[in-house]
This record gives sequence, structure tokens and C-alpha cells, in this order.
Amino acid sequence: MQGEWAIEFKNVVKQYGEATVLDHLNFGIPKGKITTILGFSGAGKSTLLKHVLGLVKPTSGLVEVLGQDLNHLDELALREFRQNFGMVFQYAALFDFLSTFDNVAFPLREFTKLSEAEIKEKVLNLLESVGIQKEATYLLPSELSGGMRKRVGLARALALEPQIMLYDEPTSGLDPITTSMVNDLIYDAAERHAERQFTSVIISHDIHATLKISDYVMFLEKGRIVEYLTVEEFKQSTNPIIRRFLEL
Amino acid sequence: MVEVMQNKISFIGRTVLNLVQGLGHFASFAGKIFYWYIKPPYRIKLLFDQLYFIGNKSIFIVTLTSIFTGMVFAFQIHNGFRAINTDSLIGPLVAISLAKELAPVFCGLVVAGRCGAAMAAQIGSMKVTEQIDALEVMGINSVQYLAVPRVVGATLSLPLLCSLFLLVGNFGSWLIGVKVLGIDEAIYLSKVSLFMKLGHVAEGLIKAAVFGYLIGVIGTYHGFEVKGGAEGVGRGTNLAVVWGMIIVLIVDFFLTSFLAKIL
Repeated sequence: MQGEWAIEFKNVVKQYGEATVLDHLNFGIPKGKITTILGFSGAGKSTLLKHVLGLVKPTSGLVEVLGQDLNHLDELALREFRQNFGMVFQYAALFDFLSTFDNVAFPLREFTKLSEAEIKEKVLNLLESVGIQKEATYLLPSELSGGMRKRVGLARALALEPQIMLYDEPTSGLDPITTSMVNDLIYDAAERHAERQFTSVIISHDIHATLKISDYVMFLEKGRIVEYLTVEEFKQSTNPIIRRFLEL
Repeated sequence: MVEVMQNKISFIGRTVLNLVQGLGHFASFAGKIFYWYIKPPYRIKLLFDQLYFIGNKSIFIVTLTSIFTGMVFAFQIHNGFRAINTDSLIGPLVAISLAKELAPVFCGLVVAGRCGAAMAAQIGSMKVTEQIDALEVMGINSVQYLAVPRVVGATLSLPLLCSLFLLVGNFGSWLIGVKVLGIDEAIYLSKVSLFMKLGHVAEGLIKAAVFGYLIGVIGTYHGFEVKGGAEGVGRGTNLAVVWGMIIVLIVDFFLTSFLAKIL
């Protein structure tokens, strides 16, 4: 792996009481690429993600994001720093009291000084780019299908033009067609913003869906990295745990 | 025998530790609310939304409770005082009781049941559907965004509801005393103005503001503490109502003792 790191873990350990959830992790996630972190349930994927976002501090070790050591940021600086991230949640996590339009407009209203007319133009463009039709613009999240919610979640995450996009189980619980559509959206978003070294990190256990669009794959088990390879290398891996995972 | 004793002691110890830990969490949460209350940005629209929900939407139930409280109280006092020929004191007795105790406590109980539950349910369901995580990931403090407007809204709404309770409750008492029981209106009103003091109303309004703050903190705290799915939301909602009502009654006793010395 070459190039600059968007995210770097240096000897990171996370313990909750007696349990070690992340065990001496050393790795870097390259800028401008799609990296998928795979693993069985309880492997430490979500904890890793929380460390990237600075929501949890490591017991020991260092987490650097875009060259910034997150341990040394106070709470306000950390909150400001999080504007570098966009995140698509497993079930989209749209605010259920806001319409589709207002969900996407939410970060723009909170963090920019754009006028309502500019926000409207930007939101409609974002919704169009993720394939949301005009009729759905003012519907509430409860009136949208699972796939549409993911699209709106993606549009909301892209609103502030983040440098790093995090996807938490983006295809979990979706049918094959919607899964393929979500993968296309992830790939398209990465392609559209490729010139500014847009980094995508996917946390998943859906190996077949994510291998199609990823550049690199990391496999975690019990808080340790089993393999961290390019997709082609990963497919050829002889590691029995990986083989078992690939054959599922 | 020794083992049974050990188990009992260990159970008591665990319960006390859990209680102290819970109180610590709660105090830390209340502190956070205060900290984020004074920090910008100030979300005025969210505050008005909560004033509307807690204040305006409670008007009907408060009006209904207060008019019947005033009327029932007037009847009961009349029944008791008639024997010693002092039933003309219905007016000031009801007015003072409403101002000092009944209005703030009843408003507190009504708001704890209606709004404390809603706060816990709204925030709890946001927690289990990762909406609170979404706020945090965006860099928005969820306590400031969700809890502060609700707590401030409840603190400001309760004294207003209490004033409404006082007004309507006294109207109910007047209706029964003067129009049904036939007490002379001039005597009724002159006794009210003779015995009723501004301090009585102030005591009730201070209590109402304190109850509003506590109901808001308890409701939002139990929302943020929700774990699991729908069952967790139900449990959080239930705890918010139960603790909201218990705290209103307990704090009322201590506030009464304290305010009696300073007002």
C-alpha cells in the first residue's frame, strides 16, 4: 500500500474491563480509496469505527485522522473536526421528525451560512444525485422504503462535502437489488469526489457485496487484524479464517 | 446461616452502590445540561417548539384538573367548616392552598405524566434508531440539541401553567362558594384579599419552576439512558413518569420547609 494515510492506528488497544476489544492495531487506511473492514459479529469493527470518529478514546495507542491526533483534541475541537466525516448508518438514522428535504438540509443549516435558497438548490441537487425523485422530497422517513432511506442518508452525509465517508453495514438487511443499488451509490460517490481524495471506509460482514467495489480489505477477528490486503490478494488468501468467510 | 447473611449484606451493598452510581450519573447529566445551556448556539426555535408542546398542549388538562380541584376543595371545606360557622373562609383557604401547594404539585404531576413520558419516549426512540449517534457524528452535542430545549421549556412552562391552575381553581371555588353554597360574594372576595399574600403565589411559582426543571432533567435523562429496543424505550418512559412524580412529591416537602423560612 502506498500514498498518504487518511486514517492511521498506531498500536491501538481498547479494553472494557477485562475484555480486550482492540488488540494492538497498527494500520493505515489510504486516502482516495475504498477500504472495507470485514469481520464476524463481535470482532471489534464498531469499536474501531468509534475510535475513528473520536467517540471513544483508546486505552493506549494513537489514532490519527487526516494527520490529526484525536487524543489531543478537546471536545469542542473534536466536534468541529467531525465535520470532515460523513456517515451512513445501518438503518440510515434519518431524523424521524424531519422530512427528506429537511434531513439533508440539516447539516447545511447547522454548519454553513448558506441562504435558504442556496440550501434548497444544494439539497435538491444532492437528492437528485442519489436518485431520489421529486415526489419523495417532502415525505417523512417513515414513508420511505429501506433503499430510499439509505439514499437520503447518503445525501445527508455528503451535504458538507466530507473528506472521509464511513458506511456502517450499508447493505445489511437489504434485498439483492437494493444491495446492488447501494453499492453503486457508494462507488459513484467515491468516483464523483475522486479528485479531492475522497476516502471511503465500509464496515460490513457482507463480503460478496463489498468486494465488488473495494480497493482494500481488512479482516478483523477478536480485535486483531487477520489480513489487510488488496481485493485481488484477499480473494486468493489461503488463510483458513478468510477462506471460511469467503465460502459462506 | 452465615451464607444467607452474607448474601443479604451483599444484596444491600449492591443496591446502595447502584443507587449511588445512578445518582452520580444523574447529577453529572444535570450538570451537563446546565453547561450546554449557557453555551452557544442557542436554538430558540427548538425552545419555542417545547414551550408549545409542554405549555400550550397542557392547557386543556390543567384547566380541567384545576376547575374540579377548586370546586371539590370548596365543597369539602364548606362541609368541615360549616359546623363551626366559618364557612365564609372557603375563599382564602382554597386560594392559599392552591397557590402554595395544589397548583404547583398538580401541575407537576400532570406535566410529569404527559411531557416527562413524551421526552423519554422521543429521545429513547432516537437513541435506539441511532439518530442520536447521527447528531454526535455530525459534531452536534445531543444533550444541547435535545435535552436543553426540553428542560428550559419545562422550567418556563410550569410557572405559567401553575398561574393558569391558580386562576381557574379559584374560579371553581368561587363558583361553588358563591353561586352554589350561597356565600355572600363581597364577604368571599374581601376574605380572599385579606388573607392572600403575594408571597403565597411566589412560593407556588418558585416550586413550579423547580418541578419543571426536575421533570425535564428526569425525562431527558431516562431517554438518553435507554438501552435495547422498544422494550427499553417502554422501560425508560415508565421510569421517567414514576420518578418524575416521586421527585415532585419529595422535593415539594423540602421546598416547603425552605421557602417557609425565606418568604
